[in-house]
Amino acid sequence: MSEHEKTYGVLFAGVGGQGALLAAEITAMAAVSGGYEVKQTEVHGVSQRGGSVETHVRFGKTVWSPVITPGRADLVVGLEKLEALRFAHFAHQSQGTILVNDHEILPGSVTNAAETYPHEALTFLNDKGYRVITIPASEMARDLGDGRMANVVMLGAMSNLLPIEEKVWLDTLRKRIPEKYRQPNLKAFEAGRKMSDPPKG
Amino acid sequence: MKKELLLGNHAIARGAWEAGVEFAVGYPGTPSTEILETLTQFPDVHAQWAANEKVAFEEGMGAAIGGVRVLVTMKHVGLNVAADPFMVFPYAGTNAGFVVISADDPGMHSSQNEQDNRYLARVAKVPVLEPSDCQECKDFVRAGLELSEKFGVPVMLRTTTRLAHHKSLVEIGDRTTVPKREFVPDAKRFSVPIYRRLLRPKVEQRLEQLRAYAEETPLNRIEEGDPMIGVVTNGISYQYVKEVMPQASILRLGMTHPLPRDLLVDFCAKHGKVYVVEEGEPFIEEHMLALGIPNIEGKQRFGVIGEYSPGRLAAALGLGEVPEGFASEINIMPRPPMFCVGCGHRTVFSALRQMRVTVSGDIGCYTMGALPPFEASHTTFCMGASIGVAVGLERAGEERVVAVIGDSTFVHAGMPSLVDSVYNRSKLTLIILDNSTTGMTGGQPHPASGKDIYGGHAPRLNLVALCNAAGVEHVSRVDAWNRKQVFGAIREALEFDGPSVVIVHGPCQRIPEMKQREIIPFFVEEELCTQCEACLKVFCPAITLNARGFPEIHPAECTACTLCAQVCPPEAIIPLPPDRSGTP
Repeated sequence: MSEHEKTYGVLFAGVGGQGALLAAEITAMAAVSGGYEVKQTEVHGVSQRGGSVETHVRFGKTVWSPVITPGRADLVVGLEKLEALRFAHFAHQSQGTILVNDHEILPGSVTNAAETYPHEALTFLNDKGYRVITIPASEMARDLGDGRMANVVMLGAMSNLLPIEEKVWLDTLRKRIPEKYRQPNLKAFEAGRKMSDPPKG
Repeated sequence: MKKELLLGNHAIARGAWEAGVEFAVGYPGTPSTEILETLTQFPDVHAQWAANEKVAFEEGMGAAIGGVRVLVTMKHVGLNVAADPFMVFPYAGTNAGFVVISADDPGMHSSQNEQDNRYLARVAKVPVLEPSDCQECKDFVRAGLELSEKFGVPVMLRTTTRLAHHKSLVEIGDRTTVPKREFVPDAKRFSVPIYRRLLRPKVEQRLEQLRAYAEETPLNRIEEGDPMIGVVTNGISYQYVKEVMPQASILRLGMTHPLPRDLLVDFCAKHGKVYVVEEGEPFIEEHMLALGIPNIEGKQRFGVIGEYSPGRLAAALGLGEVPEGFASEINIMPRPPMFCVGCGHRTVFSALRQMRVTVSGDIGCYTMGALPPFEASHTTFCMGASIGVAVGLERAGEERVVAVIGDSTFVHAGMPSLVDSVYNRSKLTLIILDNSTTGMTGGQPHPASGKDIYGGHAPRLNLVALCNAAGVEHVSRVDAWNRKQVFGAIREALEFDGPSVVIVHGPCQRIPEMKQREIIPFFVEEELCTQCEACLKVFCPAITLNARGFPEIHPAECTACTLCAQVCPPEAIIPLPPDRSGTP
């Protein structure tokens, strides 16, 4: 299937408050500017209180379901390791990529010592045959002045893997991010973009 | 035509504005809340939050018989609260267009039950429209208002979580100005029960006319495909069907009550096998079975519980396996939501956990008090139930019963229960968590918040005076972030021989005033810290152990609520001096 007929699927997973929703929103807006039909799911209400958050973006010539089918996502973007693991099975086994922020946020049950955090998540996914790209996004964002920009670093890293031009991404960021935060976020995006390989062909 | 990427709920708001709605009212509830919030951004519409859904419905009803187009919004269980006016309104019928949004939540993302409100509409004899994408979310508001005026009937626009909370491209239009209709006082129509018997046959006549309309309306449409496979579907399920069975013939029902008899019978007669794909209850399917249509299959294959998805349909149809995740191979522990950093509810549930009382909870963020690590809320049913259930528990012999309710929920449905509990000589202790907003749904003002939907000042319900007026003899009001005060006030209230109320005041950290204030974060002075971990028992998400084994407070997250500092024996938790960063 050519790039233009394919329907792309990107799943963002994270912890409430990490900005998974904003990353998805920017992706959806960029896809619209790129001339695609777009659908995006959101989560509201109770999950946003530090719970597990997932949001889907699908774009292409025609998009029916806003929800991605497990095993069909081109990209799973995990803003946190455990959350990447939770939604990893949405990625296409052979053609999909899992991008993970090398960052752990311990759920209450772990700080309570009732559970053990799966620190080996990335090795596990590698062993399952997934293409896993690890980005130290939280650390990079901290170095750029604000750890909360990890979502935008990840956005930069994944932007290379989608058929949307860099200029469109940058224009979308400029449009969506309030002026006060714009410059550092553009830097975070660029830093992330340098972390992933350019698309093949 | 200009297109914008809109959330389903934004599209509904836009649709209401474009279709000339002048009055919009509701009570917050996921997944309906954003509709009214969005409408505040449009001119020529007056939006307001009501104290509850029944009040909202009645205000809408009044405006519609008064002659202006109305939109009323609520979640599925909100319509239970508004069921009384919802059931009687169709008798009198409406004057100007009246659409009520019922936002159902299959999968219970943010609800206590799954409830398919098409059944309520059937009991009320009210037509139901169900959009399948954001464009239709917008268009069906206008269609609903026109239908409402054509037949003089209130109309339900039913959405579901996926529909309300997904974005797609929507064509944007201008506002149509609709002239106000005259209000004609008419006792035979609007009052005196005796006349209702005269109206009763008209309700049935109208339903027959609506049924005929359902046969003709473009809201129901056939997409010809494979003559061997037909699908009858509605709402968001339509998208999943297109994804999974692109070759099938489809009868998409945009109007699901009343259902079109002939359209259904004819469609099924022309197709070898017909699947009925409807999320929720078998509302369409039961109707088809009642019509004696033999070649259908629905719930038996696709199931009743939870949300549908393309993967679920594909698996049910044997069109491929869907991977299920790796929870059986590696520890993917759940990550339940929890109280935000700086949330004042934390103090109350720490106290209740320690005092080992029986806690009757209510609907709001504080339902999380039932989860670990607090596990200090023992029942949650529906809006306002905390007080009635506590009275019942007392009658059943439970001692030391505490009811916990939020300020918005108290105003919504707790006030009559409080009056009742005093009247019936209950001795329960009621804790009102007064965070000055409706927190769970994202921070909407209410009558005890002092704000209106536009952010302006509004008359503020005095909770202390109200409790006094109800006859509560022991009322105290304490600061949510003062641990000693909160613990002391609850203890005193429990010891009081009679009904008591503790109002715990501490604004939600998510309301604009709290978010915008200057915060000097706290930090742990490691030289003073004895590593006793008392601060960790506050269960604040901003505190974690660092690599050296000392607790560390994330400065960007800290709200300076001081709860951790209050429990630190060596007083090692102090405000961060300006010349130090949070991470030494």
